[in-house]
Amino acid sequence: MRGAAAIVGVADAASPTGELELTGRALEAAVIAEALADAGLTLDDVDGVCHSTSSMGLAEYLGIHPRFTDSTMTGGSSYEVHAEHAAAAIAAGLCDVVISVYASTPRSDRRRGRPPMRPNLMGPNPMLEWEAPYGLRMPMGPYAMAANRHMAEFGTTSEQLAQIAVSTRDWAALNPRARYREPITVDDVLASPMQCSPLHLLDCCLVTDGAGAFVMTSAARARDLSRPPVLVLGAGTCHDHSMISQMPDLTTTPGVVSGRNAFAMAGIGPGDVDVLMGYDSFTITALLHLEDLGFCAKGEGGAFVEDGRTGPGGSLPMNTNGGGLSYTHPGAYGMFLLVEAVRQLRGECGDRQVADAEIAVAHGSGMVLSCMSTVVLGTEAAA
Amino acid sequence: MSGSSRSDESTRPARLEPPVTDASEPFWEATRQRRLMLPWCTACDRPFWYPREVCPRCLGSAIEWRAASGRGEVYAHTVEHKPVMLKAVFGDEPYCVALVELDEGVRLMSNIVDVDPLAVEVGMRVSARWEPMSDGRHLLLFAPEGPVA
Repeated sequence: MRGAAAIVGVADAASPTGELELTGRALEAAVIAEALADAGLTLDDVDGVCHSTSSMGLAEYLGIHPRFTDSTMTGGSSYEVHAEHAAAAIAAGLCDVVISVYASTPRSDRRRGRPPMRPNLMGPNPMLEWEAPYGLRMPMGPYAMAANRHMAEFGTTSEQLAQIAVSTRDWAALNPRARYREPITVDDVLASPMQCSPLHLLDCCLVTDGAGAFVMTSAARARDLSRPPVLVLGAGTCHDHSMISQMPDLTTTPGVVSGRNAFAMAGIGPGDVDVLMGYDSFTITALLHLEDLGFCAKGEGGAFVEDGRTGPGGSLPMNTNGGGLSYTHPGAYGMFLLVEAVRQLRGECGDRQVADAEIAVAHGSGMVLSCMSTVVLGTEAAA
Repeated sequence: MSGSSRSDESTRPARLEPPVTDASEPFWEATRQRRLMLPWCTACDRPFWYPREVCPRCLGSAIEWRAASGRGEVYAHTVEHKPVMLKAVFGDEPYCVALVELDEGVRLMSNIVDVDPLAVEVGMRVSARWEPMSDGRHLLLFAPEGPVA
């Protein structure tokens, strides 16, 4: 599978106001059209569809009849899983051109009084029985527990977590479409209202409208298209719980497994990564990724980030679009990781461009640290 | 507890009252007598949590319910500083949600009560408390260790 498929088109929609005009399928269709145009392909070329709620509903709306379909829903990591599955399907010859799309508009839904999207929970739901009575605020409560345990076990501090928000905001300052661009300090984070201890408001991701899409095809076909191909060099996924009370170890995510497998397939190590797009639903989430992907040892994430090395000019550029903390976070942010990774590898990122980026990692985190999915992307030169 | 005088709040349960499933019925029945029972896999000779029809280690279906000590320690916790979800129980006061590791080796979610929530720490010894529910069952809570209530 290594190098067999390439992302050839991307698009995302976000706004400094946090709101978008379109919503629902219309917004999905708009970013699909933009991603296909970016690739130099049309809807007629598409024979594979991924969607985290209903690939059938989307395909029907678009009027296409795909021969590869994937409705995998793993929360925010769904889009990394889609990329993994799409690359495998293309490598196996099941299909030729796959699209994946995401759109959610919680911010304007609230203002316009649109009913929030409530996905049907299928099957038994032990959460109702064993967690819901205890009033854990979702989604921040489970992450707060992970941060609490990490602090107790390893001495991680609120200041260290805050530095992740600060470095990420420094990246957002370089992104004209980011929701928040004003620089912040560690003190600002610590002074922001406590939500679920030990997480402050500025440790938490935004609630904004947003949408994105990618188009993937075979590496052979990619070489005939308009943009430089961004090859899928490796991918891996793992989940080890669904609800937080069943997570085996709150300081170690299944990203250990997804990352190890993705890096092994790509034949790279952490030192080869030029850009890390690590899902930052909360500051603690990003810190756990750094440890679990092997950028530092378990327990050393706090010390690793405190010199600002994940910010602009640092040795490990992380979340260069400004992340879920400062760019956009509509609820399932994984698509934006892939879009930014692709743009960095194509050299399209303007003021925030990482020089000579050849390998980028999109590491999605879904539900409550439940499902991790890692995609290693590279330029032709890196392959 | 709630001091609300609004009738819609005073007539509805203070908390979501958990549903009972076939697999968990023995657990909930025992709570009527304020007894904590855990499901054990007789093949593995180990308890597991949450209650299931089969053992999540070996898929064995020989499940036996055994009394638990009701004691354990705080594995992780958070204090809800915007107590919007359990207003009817805790009013506007912050409250503690914790994962408690029982001495029997299983971990479950609960609230730590009868203590300043800001004083709860990882590793703190806790023991069971029971909060009455509207149907005679009790909800399992924990408080810093003392005699098991």
